[in-house]
Amino acid sequence: MAIIDPRHAATQLIYERVFRTATLGAAILVLLILGGVAISLVRGAWPAMAHFGFGFVTHEVWNPVTDEFGALAPIYGTVVTSVIAMAIAVPVGFGIALFLTELCPPLLKRPIGVAVELLAAVPSIIFGIWGLFVLAPILQKHVQPWLIKHIGHIPGIGGIFHGPPFGIGILTAGLVLAIMVLPFIAATMRDVFDTVPPMLKESGYGLGATTWEVIWNVVVPHSRVGIVGGIMLGLGRALGETMAVTFVIGNAHRVSASLLAPGTTISSSIANEFTEAVGDLYTSSLIALGLLLFLITFTVIAIAQAMLRRLERQAANT
Amino acid sequence: MQLNSIKISAIAALAVFLVGTGAAGDISGAGATFPYPIYAKWADAYKKLTNVGMNYQSIGSGGGIKQIKAKTVTFGASDMPLKPDDLKSAGLLQFPMIIGGVVPVVNIVGVKPGQLHLDGAIIASIYLGEITQWDDPKIKALNPKLTLPNTAIAPVYRSDGSGTNFLFSDYLSKVSPNFQSKIGANASVQWPTGIGAKGNEGVANMTKQTDGAMGYVEYAYAKQNNMAFVTLTNKEGKTITPSTESFQAAAANADWATADSYYLILTNQAGAKSWPITGASFILLYKQPEDPVPVGEALKFFAWAYKDGATMAAALDYVPLPAALVTQVKKTWGSEITANGHPIWK
Repeated sequence: MAIIDPRHAATQLIYERVFRTATLGAAILVLLILGGVAISLVRGAWPAMAHFGFGFVTHEVWNPVTDEFGALAPIYGTVVTSVIAMAIAVPVGFGIALFLTELCPPLLKRPIGVAVELLAAVPSIIFGIWGLFVLAPILQKHVQPWLIKHIGHIPGIGGIFHGPPFGIGILTAGLVLAIMVLPFIAATMRDVFDTVPPMLKESGYGLGATTWEVIWNVVVPHSRVGIVGGIMLGLGRALGETMAVTFVIGNAHRVSASLLAPGTTISSSIANEFTEAVGDLYTSSLIALGLLLFLITFTVIAIAQAMLRRLERQAANT
Repeated sequence: MQLNSIKISAIAALAVFLVGTGAAGDISGAGATFPYPIYAKWADAYKKLTNVGMNYQSIGSGGGIKQIKAKTVTFGASDMPLKPDDLKSAGLLQFPMIIGGVVPVVNIVGVKPGQLHLDGAIIASIYLGEITQWDDPKIKALNPKLTLPNTAIAPVYRSDGSGTNFLFSDYLSKVSPNFQSKIGANASVQWPTGIGAKGNEGVANMTKQTDGAMGYVEYAYAKQNNMAFVTLTNKEGKTITPSTESFQAAAANADWATADSYYLILTNQAGAKSWPITGASFILLYKQPEDPVPVGEALKFFAWAYKDGATMAAALDYVPLPAALVTQVKKTWGSEITANGHPIWK
């Protein structure tokens, strides 16, 4: 081994300091931007919050003519479409990831993997147009009439499939969102499953475990944290997706029990109305919607972090 | 995530930035989306002719008003006229630039373009959710020769704030006191029923694919998509077909001469040939601009557009202003827009 040249060591030290400062700066920049966004959102939303108070989140009325604004319908739409999307995308994404890592013939592995990644690269506007021109008519002519006829009259759950089949609405928005978040969930989960050490799996098989047992007792427990991470990534996208949802949700500021009815989401309300919003209270209410979305996303991430920490503690205990 | 709202403000900021940094001598404007296609076409032709560019950012009427008040652009554009008091307090002048019409369209089995006839009160009732079937006696009474099916009416509205919404809701407010008290007129209103589609193309598409739907779109969309438009009863009780002529009739019959600051909404105008849902798109300029040079250039551009832009406008299904109105607008420029006490427009 060569003796370290002291001059070389000194320059190395300087490089190290510069690099450390640069990375620190980059990290602080994120905090500054986040703080700046939060401050400007609160400032912009202040007139609306001061005027409507807490009623802003509990009122359904959204009337630009009389300057009365309530965020209940957009909040409801955002949450419900995201729940539908996750209810479909999580199991399917989980299945895709498991198939790709554990069950897939090697020949198919690459084509399917690439297809999933390509699906993630499709711009959201394309999903919106596809949803409006292709999916909505199919739902309107074939799926929704069936739902209304067969489930719409059952007491209790019938209410969620009630009303005329418009083709677009909360359900359609949820379906389009499901397709949009699916590749994120599938790709993240696949990457996590891939990190399970082969030795662990092979030990399982060596002990005579079936594929099913290896998946549920080795692969899944080992990648719990990553699974939650993938779900949260998908949920984050579902909550904030704007353009595709705007195309297919029907954009009505109404809270309706029926999933077939038109609704609205926070981000699509902003996208729809911000450009032509005249008047301080109106603009401020739209910014307040943005602030609410910020808070909802923040809460979701906080819950996810708490869940991850619990899972890690559990993993450490076993 | 909050990313999307950031995106919107980033785009808006970028738009303003682009407007603000136009090449020297160029005219910058921002505002209404409705006249954007024709303003862009005019700008292109004018650039070729004079080498003076016109950057127009269609960020929406609200945005246009904000930008002209912030003095980041030479002119603002709005689909809704500003009230005279607002103009005075801001030191702004407004004048109409181009005319367009909004056309109700339907999708009823067996009904061809121009066959269905309605009046404002019925349309108001449909959008209030009071008339729900196409074979309603009130609709049948106006259309004795048509066989109307027992189909539910699916009202489709524009979900994005727009001049089209404003004209439509303003018209319905004028003809129906009930509509005025329950909904009112604005670029976005709270519709009690129906589905919202984004943009003219969204409304056109939603109407086309929904059996029994009724929507309203700018004339160009109804014409180019060959949609089943509706004829309307106008203020004088005449049955009117939407056309360039009937839009221009509404503009010509309007009483511009006595309207303060051109504050005039062209819906439900008098005149035997006037289409009742007509509207003008407006330009906003400072009366005493800090920098008179770009304003002078802008006025030259507008004068050229009035004179030589008419055929281009017609090709895009916009309606040029009547000649008498153009003369009046130019006179206003001469008397109202000044720099150091001298008129900029001569």
